[in-house]
Amino acid sequence: MLEKRKAVEQQPSLIQKKLVVSHAPFLHNGSRITERSYHTMLAALPALLLGFYHYGMPAVGVACLAVSTAILWELVINLVTRRPITIGDGNAAIIGLIFAMLLPATMPWWAVITGTFIAVVIGKQIYGGIGSNAFNPVAVAVAIMMVAWKGLFDFDGMLVNYNLDFATLYPIAAAKHFGSASAESFSLWKIFLGQQLGGIGSTFGLGLLIGGIYLMLRGFIRWEISLTFLAGVYLTAFVFNLADPVRFAGPAFHLLTGYTLIGAFFLATEDSSSPVNFVPMLIYGGFGGIMTVLIRNIGVWVDGVILAILVCNLINPLLDKIRPQALGKVV
Amino acid sequence: MVKKAFWGLSTPQINYEMLPVHLPETEKIPTPQRITLLHPKNDTLNVPSAMGIGDAVKTGAKLSLYPDQNDYVISPVTGKIAALSPYTGDFGKSYIAIAITPEGDEIIDDTFQQQSQSPTLELLCEYLSGAPGNPPLSLLADSNGGIHTIIIRGLDPDPTVATNQYIAQSRFNDLKKGIEILKQVADVRDIILITAGESVQGYGHIGAPVKGVKTTYPSALPHMVMKDVLGQVVPAGKTCEELGVCFITAEAVISIGSAFESGQLPTSKTLTFIKKDGTRKIIEARIGTPIGDILEAFGETVNEFDRIIFGGPMTGSAVYALEHPVQPDTDSIIVVDRDKAAYVSDYPCINCGECVRICPAKIQVHMLVRFLEANQYENAADSYDLHSCIECGLCSYVCVSRIPIFQYIKLAKYELKRAMTAEAADA
Repeated sequence: MLEKRKAVEQQPSLIQKKLVVSHAPFLHNGSRITERSYHTMLAALPALLLGFYHYGMPAVGVACLAVSTAILWELVINLVTRRPITIGDGNAAIIGLIFAMLLPATMPWWAVITGTFIAVVIGKQIYGGIGSNAFNPVAVAVAIMMVAWKGLFDFDGMLVNYNLDFATLYPIAAAKHFGSASAESFSLWKIFLGQQLGGIGSTFGLGLLIGGIYLMLRGFIRWEISLTFLAGVYLTAFVFNLADPVRFAGPAFHLLTGYTLIGAFFLATEDSSSPVNFVPMLIYGGFGGIMTVLIRNIGVWVDGVILAILVCNLINPLLDKIRPQALGKVV
Repeated sequence: MVKKAFWGLSTPQINYEMLPVHLPETEKIPTPQRITLLHPKNDTLNVPSAMGIGDAVKTGAKLSLYPDQNDYVISPVTGKIAALSPYTGDFGKSYIAIAITPEGDEIIDDTFQQQSQSPTLELLCEYLSGAPGNPPLSLLADSNGGIHTIIIRGLDPDPTVATNQYIAQSRFNDLKKGIEILKQVADVRDIILITAGESVQGYGHIGAPVKGVKTTYPSALPHMVMKDVLGQVVPAGKTCEELGVCFITAEAVISIGSAFESGQLPTSKTLTFIKKDGTRKIIEARIGTPIGDILEAFGETVNEFDRIIFGGPMTGSAVYALEHPVQPDTDSIIVVDRDKAAYVSDYPCINCGECVRICPAKIQVHMLVRFLEANQYENAADSYDLHSCIECGLCSYVCVSRIPIFQYIKLAKYELKRAMTAEAADA
């Protein structure tokens, strides 16, 4: 294209200059998909870096493998289906990155590759690629992996060989199995600062919060979804805690442990599988938060975030039927 | 060009730029070597030989290709007809381009002057339909139309365009005279002048109530004016004209005013010219002046793959030749460098919802565009409010995937209309 352009320009005596005819509008605000992807990655960095610091090179390895294989799977699908190469938009990379953030640092290589395959191919590309996936690709991948290889997401077992300077217990599993007394043994402030066992990038509450606030302020994710998700978690956990303070941990504990914060800022807000209207966004986020605590407290799974997000992805098309009336609509 | 704000919590706004208090001088473009006028083409009739190449025409002379039809153009110069050629515009509109080469001293055709003592609607229709500003006189004359309100646009609907704003402020007396004539000849209830909210003052004694609209785009688009000023929402699929409201630019009113004031048909178009570097100039050129001459007058060079836009940056259209003439409704000409132009992509919608949040008509654009991409125009109209669209182009402006949504919408409306006309013809 560019060479052609140059060749045309070099012909000195073209009688007519070729003008480009395009349609209105001739202005654009300059936003791009790539910009969204890269800023989301940037926002994920603080949490990820603390994970690297805690778990060392294995964590770096998992993250690199996840990002690179996610991009490769997308490339493979692009080539197989003979569609334009879309790896440049950064969407596959962001899927790989968020997937890695949810994994324990000792995840075996084959599991990482399988996970990114599920996320990119089954979670996104078979629906037609970016914008068409009904479910969050990362949540699909983690959910399938959790069912298929339960042990891989048992953080206590996976990270047993690490000698860290804080309690090597997965807090949310401890609270589930041993009641709120074990939850109280954790200092909430230390958990907030990332002193807890868990996924590579999902334990550093402060880092995720900074990233999330950045994304909300820049408009890359919607505050309606994130905040109502957190509110849903907080209120439901509060009610449970009120009903049976011995069995159920307090609301703040639920906010800071497991996948809650990464779910609120990076999973539930995924564009394609979340609603766009104001009221539906509130319902979607709140519903996700409520489901999270329900699954955690009375379901069989330790962490409910992934499944809760899949469930609210499911009701997203219905929610978006709640819409404002268009101007001059004739009923 | 207006870029996205760093913080993304609030919806982006495009403001209408107000002219400075001390208005700039208009810069006059000299009469060009060749003038091109676009005469509407009637596909069922052959081009008659009544007007031939080589015929002499005077300034202000009425040129009509089909003697029985109402269409005509007014010659803006004195000279000879050099060529007649077919010309195709947007969405299948066809014209005959009449080229005139100016010759000798300017002689004014006085047919209009003889009748200009007593203005009537017929006389206006007879001579001023193609006047600068393109007054919609046939709408007013059509008594079945039932137009009861005329809205004069003292503010251009597109951002950065300042033609009507300039004219309404600089030619107060002609505007007043024009309003007087409109009141006299048109059987309407109200004539309202629309201006930017902050400049409502300063229009005392204009002879018509002055209403301000917000200074953010798209407040000056017809549907928004109807809603905000008249308090009347246009039902989806209807036009403002069907509700009895007719929009006319301030320049058109001034053309009418000055024509009867001086007895001469106006032939110069005032327009906003925006150079590649963004500098804005108010210029005056004869109708029919090729865009190439205007560029030359300002020393503006156009390279391969640049764009030249007739009309505003949000709703205008790009032209493909430097010979394209200034027309009675060309309110602005914008030259855009190829590196600064907005490009579209073939990416699918990612469902981010920016378009839904900015849409002034509250359309579910993210769903609409999926139907339009699949050519399902009827479903789009039935389920996703295609006909509620007020054609502001803001959805395309904010689209992260850079989908040409606005073009899809216009195309869908055009195709649906065509299908409906075809069905009506079959029945």
